[in-house]
Formats: sequence, structure tokens, C-alpha cells
Amino acid sequence: MAKFRKKGSKGLPPISTASLPDIVFMLLFFFMVSTTMKEVSLKVKIKVPQATELAKLEKKSLVTYIYVGVPTTQYRSLYGSEPRIQLNDQFATVSDIQSYIAQERESMKESDRPKMTTSIKADFDCPMGIITSIKQALRKAQALKINYSAAQKSEY
Amino acid sequence: MAKRETPEVNAGSMADIAFLLLIFFLVTTTMDTDSGLARLLPPPVPEDVPPPPPIKDRNVFTVLLNSNNQLLVKGKPMKVEELKDAAKEFILNENNDEKLPEFKDVEVDYFGLVPVTKGVISLQNDNGTQYQAYLMVQNELQRAYNEVRNELARRKWSKDYDDLDDDQQKAIRQIYPQKISEAEPKNISN
Repeated sequence: MAKFRKKGSKGLPPISTASLPDIVFMLLFFFMVSTTMKEVSLKVKIKVPQATELAKLEKKSLVTYIYVGVPTTQYRSLYGSEPRIQLNDQFATVSDIQSYIAQERESMKESDRPKMTTSIKADFDCPMGIITSIKQALRKAQALKINYSAAQKSEY
Repeated sequence: MAKRETPEVNAGSMADIAFLLLIFFLVTTTMDTDSGLARLLPPPVPEDVPPPPPIKDRNVFTVLLNSNNQLLVKGKPMKVEELKDAAKEFILNENNDEKLPEFKDVEVDYFGLVPVTKGVISLQNDNGTQYQAYLMVQNELQRAYNEVRNELARRKWSKDYDDLDDDQQKAIRQIYPQKISEAEPKNISN
């Protein structure tokens, strides 16, 4: 009988995993650089409207967010199913916006204050009434640079 | 002295540590870069200021948006798709139409004396208008301005508006100033 003879002396050498940390580190750095931490947990449901002429919000530190939408299911019993405003982590009313903006402005660097931008993240199905009252409140608070958050529309 | 090899540090757990970090960042990452339509709100009007003089009818491009998301542009119903071209026609007024806005000669860098339109786009919406519809109108108006500016940039420098330097962009913005006025809100219809 023919004898199976191993070709080498030791058989297949194990695949070296020495470069595995390098690969993982590479991935790690990629995610570390591209990551942005979620600042708030959304309590309202937001599906942003679509648009084509978008401008990027450049500096995160200059942006203040106002969320508008219908409360998510777990808050619906408490806050109803009408669109509501969320500032930071809590529900608010239009009258709270002015103090919120003032407070956010306080926390900014003096040199950055004129560049402050307010991003309105509203659900696409919101009625304009609530948006308009937010805009009026922002005008009163002298936060005139605003940005209507929108997603890129793919087809036109 | 006897040559002694320094013991190698065991790097086997390096991968585990790196994996742990990697998974942490993978989970916490949100990739979306925020973008949207940038707008500038008008400063609040003091109460004791008399209302500004009325603007001539030909200089105003009225856009009304009702609670059924229907458009009324200069008294005529219109589809959103047609709005951009109508707005462009209004901004440019190439044939000096009687019904389209007047011009005022303004001194602009790089261009010299250029006629600048006096036209203002007036946008009014209802409290019941859907946000998406409103944003679409804003988007179309923005698109009209962007296209008009881009065309001028191409003619003058054969470059896109976005690729121009700040002074050039400023000059173009002076020629085609973005004047979108939003009326104080009121309930037009229910």
C-alpha cells in the first residue's frame, strides 16, 4: 500500500495572526475619527423632509438643535399625539425656547456667539403652525441663523 | 556579561483590547452628517416702527401655500415643479418685461455697474401647511437662486459658484441678492 507522505516536514504552518491587531486598529481609528456621539435621546419621532439644495452644518459646537415631532409611543400617553417640541432631553413649549437659546448662547465661547446656528429638526408631516411659532420665538431670541434639517433627495 | 534575551511582551491580548474598543465605537457611531436648508430670519420688528412703504406690485413675487399644500403664485395656481423656473424668470427678467421687477444700477466688484433686480419673493403659508411642502417650496426658491448664480459664475469665470473664492461669491451675491420675505403668520384658510 502506498503510504501517504506529508509533503513538508511539518504540514501546514498556522496562519500568522500577528497582523490582526493592526487591521483591527485601523478599523478602530476609522470609527474613532468618523464617530459623533449622540447627544440626546430622541423622544419624538422624526423623519426629516427631503430637499435637494442642502448646506452642510459645519461646526457641531455652533449648532443648537430643536426637535419637533409626534412623541414616540412610550410617551404618547403622557404627552398626546400632537407634534411637540423637544429641547435637550425634555419636552418643552414654545415659550421655553427663548430661555433655552439664551442658555445655549451663554455656554458658547464669546467669539462663537454670532455664528450660532439653530437647526430645526422637524418631522416632515408637522403642520407649519408649530414651526412658525418656533421661528417667531427664535426671532425674539435673536437666533436668526437657522437651518431646516433635511435629507438629500435622491431622485428628482 | 552573558547575553540574555529580553522576554517578549505577549501581544496576544492586543487584538482583544482593540476589538473591544472597536465594538464600542461601532455601536456608538452615528454616521449622519447634519445638513439642511440654511435660512436667515429677519430681526424682530419693534412695535412702534411704522410699517414699511408698500413695494410695487411688479417687484413682488407672491407665493402662497395653503393648508392643502397647494401653491398660488402671483394669483395663479402652480405646481411645485414649475416654481423654480417661474422664480428664475422673475429674478432674471431678461427681456425687461413690464410685469417683472425693475432694476437698480449697483457698483459691484469685478463687474462694474450692473443692474440689480429690486424683486422680492414673498412667501406666505398657512398654519396647516405640511412642513415637507413648505420646505419643498423653500428648496425650489433656493434652487432658482443657486442656478442663477451658478450660470453667472460659469459665464464670468467658467467655474461653479461653489468653487469661487469669497470675494467672487460676494460679488455674485450682490448681483443676485437672495430676498425671500416671509409674511407674519396668519390663518389664511382653515
